[in-house]
Amino acid sequence: MAVNTSDIVFLAIISAGIVLCLLRMLKGPTASDRAVAVDTVSTITTALLVLLGSIFERYVYLDVALVYAVLTFIGSVAIARFLEKGI
Amino acid sequence: MQIIGTVITGIGIIFLFIGSLGLFRLPDVYNRLQAGTKCTTLGAFFTIVGVGIMQPDWLLKTLVIALFILITNPISNHALGRASCKSGVPLCDRTVVDKTKNFEKCRPIHDELEGDGEIQ
Repeated sequence: MAVNTSDIVFLAIISAGIVLCLLRMLKGPTASDRAVAVDTVSTITTALLVLLGSIFERYVYLDVALVYAVLTFIGSVAIARFLEKGI
Repeated sequence: MQIIGTVITGIGIIFLFIGSLGLFRLPDVYNRLQAGTKCTTLGAFFTIVGVGIMQPDWLLKTLVIALFILITNPISNHALGRASCKSGVPLCDRTVVDKTKNFEKCRPIHDELEGDGEIQ
């Protein structure tokens, strides 16, 4: 495991992005705003998991990222269906 | 190869940050949805493929993850936008044209329910 300077910069920028999304999730006037913010955070987290796998040199993180992408896709579609028609 | 991968990953991460900034600053659900979809899809694609270029043994699996995100992220965000249009989330004040008023299918379903006394 060797942490370069570029890795630290990447992690800082990606953390700032996640913090902005979380602020929108706290502020958002309607439920749709919060759902959009959660969906964006989940996509950023998938990229972050792959990047962390590259930094820590663990191949397993790619599997985690793939399963996370599948689960958040299903969750977003379920939330959209709930917002549209109710349960 | 390391340098190329780092540059591509950096481009992707800048796109991710711009998408988050747009999600924070834009005035409307639909504008936020657009920023949060397009920038995030391209940024995640570039980030993951850049990691795959940095570590060539992982290239196949990173391509699988990137293609999966490229396919499913627009689908889920389109479902969210359709749901927020149907549940009657208002548009921004500065909106110029709203074509969904002309279509029956895009109207909020709650209006139809209120006009119909039996369902309540």
